[in-house]
Amino acid sequence: MTAYNETIVKDICRRFGNERSRMMDVVKEVQTSFGHVPNEAMDAIARALSCPRVEVQSLVSFYAFLTERPKGNIIIRLCDDVIDRMQGFDRIADAFKEELGIGIGETTTDGKITLEATPCIGMCDQAPAALINDVIVTNLTKDAAREIVAGLREHGDPQRLVKRLGDGNNAHELVRAMVVNNVRRKGDVIFGEGKPSDGLKNALAMSPVEVIRAVKTSRLRGRGGAGFPTGIKWEFTRAAKDETRYVICNADEGEPGTFKDRVILTEKADLLFEGMTIAGYAIGAQAGILYLRAEYVYLRPYLEHALAERRKSGLLGNKILGHAGFNYDIRIQMGAGAYICGEETSLISSAEGFRGDPKTRPPFPAQKGYMGHPSAVNNVETLCCVTRILERGAGWYAQMGSNGTSGTKLLSVSGDCKIPGVYEIPFGITLKEFLAMAGAEDAAAVQVGGPSGQMVGPAEFNRIICYDDLATGGAIMVFGPQRDLLWVVSRFMEFFVEESCGYCTPCRVGNVLLRRKIEEVRAGKCDPAAIAYLEDLGQTVKIASRCGLGQTSANPVLTTLKNFRPLYTARMKENEAGMQMTFDISAAVRDAEIIAGRKSANF
Amino acid sequence: MQKPKIATASLAGCFGCHMSLLDIDDRILKLIDLVDFDKSPVDDIKEFTGRCLVGLIEGGCCNEENVRVLQEFRKHCDILISVGDCAIDGGLPALRNGIPLKECLTEAYITGPTVYNPSGKIPSDSEIPLLLDRIYPCHEVVKIDYYLPGCPPPADTLWQALTALLSGKPIDLPYELIKYD
Ligand SMILES: Cc1cc2nc3c(=O)[nH]c(=O)nc-3n(C[C@H](O)[C@H](O)[C@H](O)COP(=O)(O)O)c2cc1C
Ligand code: SF4
Ligand code: SF4
Ligand code: FES
Repeated sequence: MTAYNETIVKDICRRFGNERSRMMDVVKEVQTSFGHVPNEAMDAIARALSCPRVEVQSLVSFYAFLTERPKGNIIIRLCDDVIDRMQGFDRIADAFKEELGIGIGETTTDGKITLEATPCIGMCDQAPAALINDVIVTNLTKDAAREIVAGLREHGDPQRLVKRLGDGNNAHELVRAMVVNNVRRKGDVIFGEGKPSDGLKNALAMSPVEVIRAVKTSRLRGRGGAGFPTGIKWEFTRAAKDETRYVICNADEGEPGTFKDRVILTEKADLLFEGMTIAGYAIGAQAGILYLRAEYVYLRPYLEHALAERRKSGLLGNKILGHAGFNYDIRIQMGAGAYICGEETSLISSAEGFRGDPKTRPPFPAQKGYMGHPSAVNNVETLCCVTRILERGAGWYAQMGSNGTSGTKLLSVSGDCKIPGVYEIPFGITLKEFLAMAGAEDAAAVQVGGPSGQMVGPAEFNRIICYDDLATGGAIMVFGPQRDLLWVVSRFMEFFVEESCGYCTPCRVGNVLLRRKIEEVRAGKCDPAAIAYLEDLGQTVKIASRCGLGQTSANPVLTTLKNFRPLYTARMKENEAGMQMTFDISAAVRDAEIIAGRKSANF
Repeated sequence: MQKPKIATASLAGCFGCHMSLLDIDDRILKLIDLVDFDKSPVDDIKEFTGRCLVGLIEGGCCNEENVRVLQEFRKHCDILISVGDCAIDGGLPALRNGIPLKECLTEAYITGPTVYNPSGKIPSDSEIPLLLDRIYPCHEVVKIDYYLPGCPPPADTLWQALTALLSGKPIDLPYELIKYD
C-alpha cells in the first residue's frame, strides 16, 4: 500500500472523467491504493469532482466496505448471520480471535490484519464462510481458521488460501474460487437448454413493442421479491418521455439466505447479459448497468471478460447483430456492502455516486431513474427468464408453473436440511414438496423469503410457492426442532437495525425497540402486555416506514407472533404489581454507589 | 359517596407540568368538586393516605428516590399517567444519558469552569439520593397506563384527560391539543 499521494487521487478521478456520478468507483479505487480513504484524499476528490467535501465523507461513512480510518492490508470478514451461527460461527470466530490475538472490529498490533463480522455473504449452503479481502473461504473449521491466519502471516496473499477450486466456472481462470454451485435441480428456464443469442436474434426481428408484448404474454413477474409484472414495468419505462433510458440489473442479492443470483452470475452470465440486451432493445435504452454487490467482486473479472467477448462478437456495442440504430453497452457498478442498496431507488442513488438512501416515490424509476432518466430495474433471474421467453416463446413459458404464476423459480435453501443448494422448481409446488427435495422433512420452521419474508411452521407447509400464496425472492432457511426461534427473530432484527439507512424514525428507532423487546421476552422479563406492544410497534414500523426495508423489517416479529405464538406466551410472566421486570435497580445505582462509597439506603 | 382520589408527583421534572395543571384556572374548583387530592405537592401531603384512582407523574427517574416514589404510586394508584415529555422520554435531564455518571459528576462538582469547591470532592451525604446510571422514563420502571405528551401538556389536555377518566367517557383530544410542532 502506498503513502498518500495527491497525484494518484487526481489520476483516479481523471480515469472516471472527473464525473461526480462515478464517486463510488473513485472512492473504491482510492481505498484500494491507500487501504482507506484518507482525509486529504476526500478533499482532493471533492475538488476534482467539483462537489462539497461533505458529499465524499457522507458516502464513505455510509458503506460498510469503505473506511476513513486505516485498517489492515487484509480484512477478514466473517459472516455472522443466522445460518453461520447455527453452523459454528462462535467456534470459528474464537479460533480467529485467538490466532490473531484481537477481537472482532480490531486490527492486529502490526497493523496487518483486521477482523470484522458481516451479514450474509451469499454462501449459506457452504457456511460458515468469510471474505478475506475479495477472496471467499467456505466451510470453515477451527483448523481452517488457524491455517488461514498462518498462511496470511506467511505470504499475505488471500488468493493463495484457495487450495481447491469449486465446480463449474468457479474453477475458471478468471474466478478461481473455492465456492461451489450446489445446483441440485435444473429446470427448463434458467438451467434449461437453449442456443446462445437465439433470444436476442428473435427479439431484434420483432419491434420493441412486440418484445414487450411477448414478455407480458409470458406473465413474467419480477424475481427480486416484489413480483411486479415485468412487461408492464417495461411498458411504463418505454412510455416515459425521454431520449435516454437505462436498464439496471439488480445483482445486490443481500437478503440473508439468498444466493441464487450468485450461481446465475457464475454459470449463466451470458443468459443474463442477453436478457439485459433484450431489455435495452425493448425499452429503448442505450446503456445497461449491472449493480454487483461488493461480496461478489470475485466474479467481476470473469463478468468483465464475458462482456468483452460479447462486444467482440457484436452482441454489445454499436449496431448489435447488424441491427441499425440499436447501440447498447453494459457496465458493472460495484456496491460497497449495504443491504439497503438492493432496494431499487437506493441502488440508483448508489450507482449515481451517493449514499444508498432510498428516494421518495413517485416518481418511480420507470419515470425518473438513474441520472433522472427512465430506468427499468430488474433482478438477475428476471432478466434470464426474458432471454428464454424470447428464445422459446411466451406461450411455452406461460404454460409452466401454477395458474397464477408462470415459469420456474430458483430457490436457495440453507440451514437444517440435508441437501442445501440451489433448486429450479416450477411455481405451484407446495412448501412440503420442496422441503422433501431438500431433505428437510423434519423442519420445525421455515423462513421463506429471508428475514423480510415470513416464518412459517408445519401448519403452513401445504401452502403453495407462488406469488398468490407463499411468495419468495428465493431464500428458504430451514430451522430444525432444536432451534430457538426467538433467537432467530432477535438475530434478524439485529440485521435490520444494522442495515436501516436511518432516514426515517419508525425504521431507525422502531427496529431497535423491537429487538430490545424480543431480548426481554427471551430473558423471561415480560408480562403478556409485551405481545400487544410488539404487535402495535411492528405495525407502526410497517405502515410508517418510507421504503421496503422498514415496511418488511418487522416481519420476523409479526410472522412468528402469528405462526408461533405459544413461543411467546410460554415466556410471559403475570405481573399483578405492575413493576417492570426489566428494570434492575441494583444495576442502575451501581455506578453511584461506587462514586459515593456507600450502599443505597432505599434498595 | 366518597370522591375518588388523585395523587401527583414531580420526579426528575421542572414542575412545569404541575404548573400546567394549575393553568386550568378556575376549573380547579370544579376539579376539587370531583376529586380529593391525596399525596401531591398541590396540598403538600407527603405520604399516601389510601388508595387513589389516578396518579399523575411528572418527570422521569434520575435517582433512587424517584424510583421509590414511582413504585409507591404504582402500588397505590389504579391508573398511572405519565405526564409530559420528561416522564415519557426522560426529557431534558436525559441529555446526560450518553455521558458516564462519573464524568457528569466530575464536571459538575470538580472540573467545571465555574465550579468553586475547595473540598474537591463529589458531595456524598446519606441524605442525598444516589443518582441512577441514566434517566429512565417512567414506563421502564413501572407499568404506565396512559401517556400525555407535551412539554408541558397544555392545561386543556390535562383537563380533558382527567374529566374523561372521572366520568368514564372516552377521551376526546382534538388535534390542536396533541400537536407539538
Ligand atoms: C431492502 C430491500 C432489498 C432488496 N434487495 C434486492 C436484491 O438484492 N435483489 C433484487 O433483485 N431485488 C431486491 N429488492 C427489490 C428491488 O427493490 C426491486 O423490486 C427489484 O430489483 C425489481 O426487480 P424485479 O421486478 O425483476 O424483481 C430489494 C428491496 C428492498 C426493499
Ligand atoms: S424505511 Fe428504513 S431503510 Fe427505508 S428509508 Fe426509512 S430508515 Fe431508510
Ligand atoms: S415535560 Fe417539560 S414542563 Fe414537564 S417537567 Fe419536563 S421539562 Fe418540565
Ligand atoms: S453466507 Fe452466512 S448466512 Fe448467508
